[in-house]
Amino acid sequence: MIHTLDQIFVLAKLWLLGYFPVGAQPLASAILSVIPILIAFPLLFAITTWLERKGLGRMQNRYGPNRTGPFGLLQPIADAIKSLTKEDIVPLTADHLVHFLAPLVLVAAAFLAYAVLPIGRNMVLVNMNAGVLFFFAIGSTVELSVFMAGWSSRSKYSLLGAMRAVAQMISYEVPMVLATIVIIMQAGSLSTVTIVEKQAGYTGIFPHWFVFTPWGFVGFVLFMIAATAESNRSPFDLPEGESEIIAGYYIEYSGFKFALFFLGEYLGMFATSGLAITLFLGGWSAPFSFLTWIPSYAWFFAKLLALIGAFIWIRGTLPRLRMDQLMNLAWQYILPMALINMLVAGVWHFMPLGPFRWLVCTALLAVPCVLLGHALKRKKKFQVRTYQFVE
Amino acid sequence: MLGKGILKGLAETARNFFGSYVSKERLTTVQYPEERLPQVEAARSFPFLVYDGPDWHAGMRCVACQICEKECPPKCIFIEKSKDKKPDAVGKPQAYPAVFNIDISVCMSCQICVEVCPFNAIKMDVEYDLPTDDRFGGLLLDKQQLSKSNEYYNAIHPTEAATVDAAFAEERAKVEAKAKAAADAKAAAPVAPATQAQPIGGESR
Repeated sequence: MIHTLDQIFVLAKLWLLGYFPVGAQPLASAILSVIPILIAFPLLFAITTWLERKGLGRMQNRYGPNRTGPFGLLQPIADAIKSLTKEDIVPLTADHLVHFLAPLVLVAAAFLAYAVLPIGRNMVLVNMNAGVLFFFAIGSTVELSVFMAGWSSRSKYSLLGAMRAVAQMISYEVPMVLATIVIIMQAGSLSTVTIVEKQAGYTGIFPHWFVFTPWGFVGFVLFMIAATAESNRSPFDLPEGESEIIAGYYIEYSGFKFALFFLGEYLGMFATSGLAITLFLGGWSAPFSFLTWIPSYAWFFAKLLALIGAFIWIRGTLPRLRMDQLMNLAWQYILPMALINMLVAGVWHFMPLGPFRWLVCTALLAVPCVLLGHALKRKKKFQVRTYQFVE
Repeated sequence: MLGKGILKGLAETARNFFGSYVSKERLTTVQYPEERLPQVEAARSFPFLVYDGPDWHAGMRCVACQICEKECPPKCIFIEKSKDKKPDAVGKPQAYPAVFNIDISVCMSCQICVEVCPFNAIKMDVEYDLPTDDRFGGLLLDKQQLSKSNEYYNAIHPTEAATVDAAFAEERAKVEAKAKAAADAKAAAPVAPATQAQPIGGESR
């Protein structure tokens, strides 16, 4: 019974597949796997916009949306109708084709990333043996679409936003991949399915998630910081920078194209969160051995919602970074820490089991973290700023 | 410690998040159509005409002197004087406005009409919730729509209305005293002036 509930989507797919002729089955199988992803994640996007507006409102002691339906729950529908009925404005001097393609490329890339995410037990679109690599390769397409949008709009703000976005995304892609490498080292595989299976065991009631190791924890934190920057969310929302460059690269977009950008951005955020779950938080596996009766996909989405909640919390708390602070954080702090983390993962692998291994690895991470933080802090000289022309 | 500020900030936002569900005082938003803030006494929106007593037309204070029409900077007031007369607020026979229109889409709420009115007939309203689906006819208020009772005026601007009422009471007392004096005089000098007065009245007619 529990097994059936866990595999209900897989079984339903197999059952539906039986109605197709044998020749059409590979194509039908692909389509049947894609459709739930195309439904579930945009739906999650709709829920997240509501959650985000409510959550941010409450953090600022406001109500948030409460006019559309009970607790404003119909707000996403109202937003969708609004963006569908809005006029689609394309600047006269814009590169029309590229301007049109940019949001599509973004959404397509964001959806492609879900191909390798194991949403539940046996629930992965493609079990690629280079899944993580595929994920990052597709993730880079987002930069392309962002730059397409910024360049084709022929607007200064758009271009500034796109430049910032590309600079930021490339800078943070490096520590992001480096933070992932520790997992690949430990799991010995690039396949997301294998990585999750490696974490699915339990010691007593506690799971073997990679986040519960010193290098895994540091890797997770670094990965999440990089993921926040990668999805252009506050505090790394310089490319959008509402107060400086209005909306960055999508300032010249309106109506449904703007909504597509929004969708693509959130889908990207879910995808990177999903990867973080897969790599560090045990994918679809339950957090305690006695909770394994709850279906695997429920755990995946529960973890995803928790991470989304964390993203919203961070957004409601931190102010936007300056460009130099952003770059310094990436190159002077996160990148060295990711490299040290890789070394620690190697040390962990070759040391004998036991508390001594824990002590050494924690020390190897904590000491550089503190030293690096202090060194970077000391380098800053605060002084009274003098102005030449303003008194 | 590194990242202490971030943790502090996260704690603060979490406190706001949960606090806003627990204590209503945190949520300062006024849910407008359902909730309204009490208005201050000096609030003003658009002018209205004050009337005394129960009947809006009989008790209308306005005597159609048209000073407000002439003074109105955006020229949003339109008045047509009546041909006949009716007693005004203090009982003297006066003209009244046959037509009194204010276009509140033009009105700029400057209160100059109120300042210049010698009869305390036009005052500023506090009603601001005046949406209409007819932006021409719906925003052009005629004298019936503009007329509001003295009780209403007392309710929205109590202090101001009290001075006005006091001034009116004094005026009315004066008029009454005069009328009484005239009646007394009439009673004291019975036949001769009365017979003399009659032809004068006839001439004026």
